[in-house]
Parts: sequence; C-alpha cells; structure tokens
Amino acid sequence: MASSNGNDNLSGLIEEATVEGTERRWFYVMAAMLGVMLAIIVLTGATQMLHPMSDVETIDAKTLHLRGEFVESNLGVSTRPDGSVVVRMIAEQYMFVPQCVVVPASTLVHFRLTSADVTHGFFVEETNTNAMVVPGFITDVRAKFRNTGDLKMPCDEFCGYGHHGMAARVVVVRKDEFMNVSPGERGICGPQ
Amino acid sequence: MDRNRLLPLVHLWASFLTFLPAIGLGVWQMLMRSPLPTPIDDPNVYYASVTAHGSIMAYVFPTLFAMGFGYAIANSSRGGVLSGRMLAWIGFYVLIAGTVMALVPVALGCSSVLYTFYPTLVGSPWYYLGVVLVILGSFFWIAVMVINMRAWKRDNPGQMVPLALFGITACALLWGWTALGAASEILFQILPVAFGWRHTIDAGLARTLFSLTLHAIVYFWLFPAYIAYYTLMPQAAGGRLYSDTMGRIAFILFLVFSLPVGLHHLFMDPEHGSGFKFVQAMLTFMVVLPTLLTIFTITASLEIAGRLRGGKGLFGWIRALPWDEPMVLAVALSLLLLGPGGFGGLINMSFAMNAMIHNTSWVTAHFHLIFGGAVVIMYFAIAYELWPRLTRRPLISKPIACRQLWLWFWGILIVTVPWHIAGLMGQPRRYAIFDYSDPSEARMAPLVIISAAGGFILFFSVLLFFFVLVRSNLAPRSEVMPPVRYSLAINPPPTVLPLLNGLGFWNLILFALLLISYGYPIGQFFFLRGQDSPGYSLTRELSR
Repeated sequence: MASSNGNDNLSGLIEEATVEGTERRWFYVMAAMLGVMLAIIVLTGATQMLHPMSDVETIDAKTLHLRGEFVESNLGVSTRPDGSVVVRMIAEQYMFVPQCVVVPASTLVHFRLTSADVTHGFFVEETNTNAMVVPGFITDVRAKFRNTGDLKMPCDEFCGYGHHGMAARVVVVRKDEFMNVSPGERGICGPQ
Repeated sequence: MDRNRLLPLVHLWASFLTFLPAIGLGVWQMLMRSPLPTPIDDPNVYYASVTAHGSIMAYVFPTLFAMGFGYAIANSSRGGVLSGRMLAWIGFYVLIAGTVMALVPVALGCSSVLYTFYPTLVGSPWYYLGVVLVILGSFFWIAVMVINMRAWKRDNPGQMVPLALFGITACALLWGWTALGAASEILFQILPVAFGWRHTIDAGLARTLFSLTLHAIVYFWLFPAYIAYYTLMPQAAGGRLYSDTMGRIAFILFLVFSLPVGLHHLFMDPEHGSGFKFVQAMLTFMVVLPTLLTIFTITASLEIAGRLRGGKGLFGWIRALPWDEPMVLAVALSLLLLGPGGFGGLINMSFAMNAMIHNTSWVTAHFHLIFGGAVVIMYFAIAYELWPRLTRRPLISKPIACRQLWLWFWGILIVTVPWHIAGLMGQPRRYAIFDYSDPSEARMAPLVIISAAGGFILFFSVLLFFFVLVRSNLAPRSEVMPPVRYSLAINPPPTVLPLLNGLGFWNLILFALLLISYGYPIGQFFFLRGQDSPGYSLTRELSR
C-alpha cells in the first residue's frame, strides 16, 4: 500500500522449502511448549487433587427456606465424623447468611453454598477458594487454610445495585481454639 | 461518491462514533473505582455505565468495524465490485436500530445487568431485543461476505481466494456461530421472563449458552487485527508475507477452535462436572496455537522487509523498518501487548489455576490488555490504512498518527498492569466503590489511581485519532490515490488447495467439535430437575 519501494518482483526471494521447514520447526517447538503446560496441569491435577468443582447438584431456590439442606437451622458451621468441617451459607441480595463463620486451620473445610435469588460468587481473600453461586445449584468447594486470620469473603459476581457491599467474613483459628468455640458461636463469630 | 466505498466508510465512522462515548464512560468508571473525587458519584450510575460501556465495546463497536472492514476487503478484492449492497444497508440499519433500542433502557437505568446479563437477574426486555437486533443486523453482513467470496471464486476459476477475503469470510462465519449462544439464551430463556410470560429460568443453562459466545467473541474481535498482520503490514513495511499458507491455517484454526472452549469461563461454576471442564481446557490449548504460529510468520515478514531496506546483522533489520508507517508501528506494538496478554490468558485457562484469579480485577485487566490493547490498536492502524482509499484523500500527518499509537500503547500498559496486580491482590471485579478505609483495600489504592491516570491517556489518544480522521476527511481530494493493495506472499500458492480455499468443510468440523464438546454440557440441563429459579429485577423478584 504505502511504500512498496519497487520491490514488486520478490517472488522466490526465499525458497518455499525453507519457509516450510522453518515454520514446521517453529510449530514443533510451540506444540511442545503447550504439551509441557498441559502435562503440568494433568500431573498436578492428578497428584494434588487440583481441579475445579466437580459435582452437579440441583436445588429448588424457591423452597430453600422451607425444606432441605439450607433451612435456617442447618446454616453455619458443622463438623463431620471424619473431622472435616462443613460451612453452609446462603447467598442473597446483598448478604451471605450467616455473615461470619469460624473455621479451624489445617483442616479440610467444605464450603456448601447456594443462592436464594440471583447469581453470586464468593471468594475468600488471599486464598484460592473462589467459586460461583448459581441459583438452582449447590456450590461445593473444599479448602484447607494454612494460616489463621480474619479473612474477608466478598461476592465476586455482579448481583445488583448493592453488589459492592456484599461480603461475609471467614475467621480462621487454630484447631484447638476452634474446639473451644461452642457450636452455636461458630456461625456468628463469637458471643453477641 | 462511489457507493461501494460509501458503505465501508459509513460503517467505520459509525463504529468509531460508538467507541468515543464508550471510552468516556470507561474513564469515568476508572475514576469512580478510585479514591479520587468523581463527578456524579453514584454507584447505580456506575452499573448502568458498565452495561453501556460493555455492550458497545463487546457487541457494537467491533461488529461495525469488522463489517466495514469486510465490505472494504470484498470491494477491493473484487476490483471495485460488491454484491449484495442492499442487504448490507438493511443489516446496517437493523444494527443501528438495535443499538439505540438496547442503550435507551440502559441510560434510563432500568437495565443495569452488565453486558454479560447473567440470569436470574433480568433487565428491561428492550435491552435484550436490542442486542438481538444488533446480532440480526450483523447476520446480513455474514450473508454478503459469503456471497462475495463465492462470486470471487466464480469470477476467478482456478485461483486461490485472496487471503484477506478468505480471512474476513472466516471471521464472519465465526461470528455467526458465536452469536448463536447469546441469541438463543436471550430468545428462549431471558425474553420470556423479561416480558413476564414465564416465571422461572434455568440459570445454569443460560450461563452455558452464553459461554459459547463469551470466548469465541474474543476471536471475532481479534480476527480483523490478524487479517491486517498478514495482508496489510508486509506491504506497508515494503516487503512480502513470509507464508500465505500459514495465514490460511491460522484463520481456519481460529474458526474451528474458538467455539468449543467456552466452558473455561465456567471452571468455577457448579452446573458442570470437571470432566467437560477438562476437555475444554485441552481444546483451549489448541486455540493458542494459531497465535503462536502467527507471531513467527509475522516476525519473519517484518524481517524480510527490514533486510530489503538494507538492515544487516541479527537485529539490524529491526532498526531498518519504516517505523513512521502507522501500520508497521501498530503491528509491533500490538504484538508486544499480545505477549503478556496471551500468557495471562494461559493462566486463566489453566483449569485449577483459574481459581486464583477468577472474577478478580485480573480478568478485566486481561481482556482490556488483549482487546483494548493488541486489537484496538490494529483497528486504528487499519483505519489509517483504509481512510485514504475510502475517502480519496491523503491521510493528514502520519507523525501524529504514530504518536497517537504510542500514546495508546503506553496508556494501555499504565491502565492494565496495575489492574492485573490489584486482581492478584484479591480485588473483586465489577465493584462500583471500594472501602479504601479498610486496610486490605487501602493497599490497592495507589494501583487504582495509576490505572485511572492511564485512562486519561487513552482518552487523549482517541481524541488524536479522531483529529487525524476528521482532518483527513476535510482535506482536498486527490484523484491519484492508489487502490488498497494486499501483501503478496514470497511464494504465492502454486496450485489451488481446496481445503485452504473454502470454508464449508471446516464448518462441518466445527459443528462436530461443538457436538462433542457442548453436546453433553448443554444436553444435561434437559435431564436435571429442580434448578429453574425465578427471575429478579435489580431489586426484587419479578411479579408472576
């Protein structure tokens, strides 16, 4: 277009065999690079159980408060016989219920959430605990907190005008401390 | 004026005229998120603004641009002939009507659902109808592109379709497939609820259908940039394209692999198992390949031009390139932005690693770097390249054009690099305001301020861009303006290779891949029970 510099007769400047050969070599190098990345994902996924959520469970968002796993008395923190902890929460415009939970460090924690209205997300700051909460489905993610601390848990999918004000707290305490918190106080972060 | 040149010119003007206010909204949004004082300090306005900014930038601006570019390519490839001009104009007016219809309810504040409009949040039905009309209008363009590629083949038997025409037709067909996801979500799921005919909606199915659009649309935005890499840049640099075949392979790979990868946007979703999430993560690796191949071929083409201009030594050819040519400069800057952008994308698509950055500011920063940076800078360069041919007036001031491109490049880096870092620090995306008195958010305040300052650089760059275009449009006509010339390859294909000269077969492959990758993920919703949930307006449950 602009300056062709009179280079109108450049056909065959480089032999086709050279072009093809270099491009093929580049293709192999790039394919190998992607192959290595893919292998890392497969290996870490298989050996460290690193994979996104897997189970598909549906739930009727219209009757959450009436029956089933997410009735009010069942929300909050509970323990399982195997020692792991379950956090059950409802996400709704514009809060999580309950608003704060106490969980032990170095322990498997199952977060089970569902939405009472629109699509939300939740994300425990400074961790990889991060998932969508879609109405009609149960989000089930596992986490193990290495450090203790008072972590913020904001909603991370736009859910309406109050989206930026929607957050819960996750208070991670030492295992022995957790045992000293009464079951009723685990779902409200201490006596009130 | 030649009516075949008016058509692309009107499309490109319309495209950039939607771009200008959308950029203004973007700058205001950056201010709003920052600790700086902001005019109209209202979070509700912020969400309406994000909806308008996103809808224009995702659906209207790049679509109008690709349409205008497509008509310019078809017209010049066919030597000043363009079939289906009536269809093209109908499509244009349908698209413009759709844009107005979508933006009015957004401006009135009754459809702040953001451009991804995830149910069960439901806005004004007119917003969704407007988006459907935008898509419908663009489908006329797809028809016109296919008609013209067929006509070219009929007129030139025994020859390969020019790479630019081949590419833009692949781009149009890709968009056709891409838009089906969002269109079917709107028509079959959202509109019945928005109009009040149905009460409930399957949010999982809706997100899945939208994921079909959500990733492939990025490649639709990228396509015109890649076409310019292959067919406009080598000529502007004074050289030749290293390989025509590689261009065709890249375009075909984009067409085939852009769609069956959308589930990687739903890695953190509860409505899919990890099996198909993994399948699509692997397929996403396939769609990285055409970009990696392109980087080699385009760099080799630049080297040819540099050496022909007397560049010597391992890197001497770089200095010898005509850096005062906007097209050459833009390609180099675009590739520089594409590098970090692409590697950021590799993190996003890497299965479990996605949890680290999902729905944080990292994601917004990522697509602003790729689309706003690597792609839009090429839209500018394409406009600079086409303007003299479409208006028959010389481009006023290439130096100003080059300065505009540099400003855009630095502006994008200043906006997106701190934005990425804030995301890694855990800043959630899509927040109108942050509580900077909270220590964990106060850490991010300086980053957000730097980012906002970059927004003003981008806005200034766009004003310069308009200055060059408007001044050029007002310049006196020159009757000896050469037509658009596309770069030839060093070795033009000796024979016609049917598989690299048509797209029918590849559409079949794409369809098969879609069935494999999306058949079960979509089909499962017809067997799951109990997940349908009521629609909600922004503040309350929609009345029955």
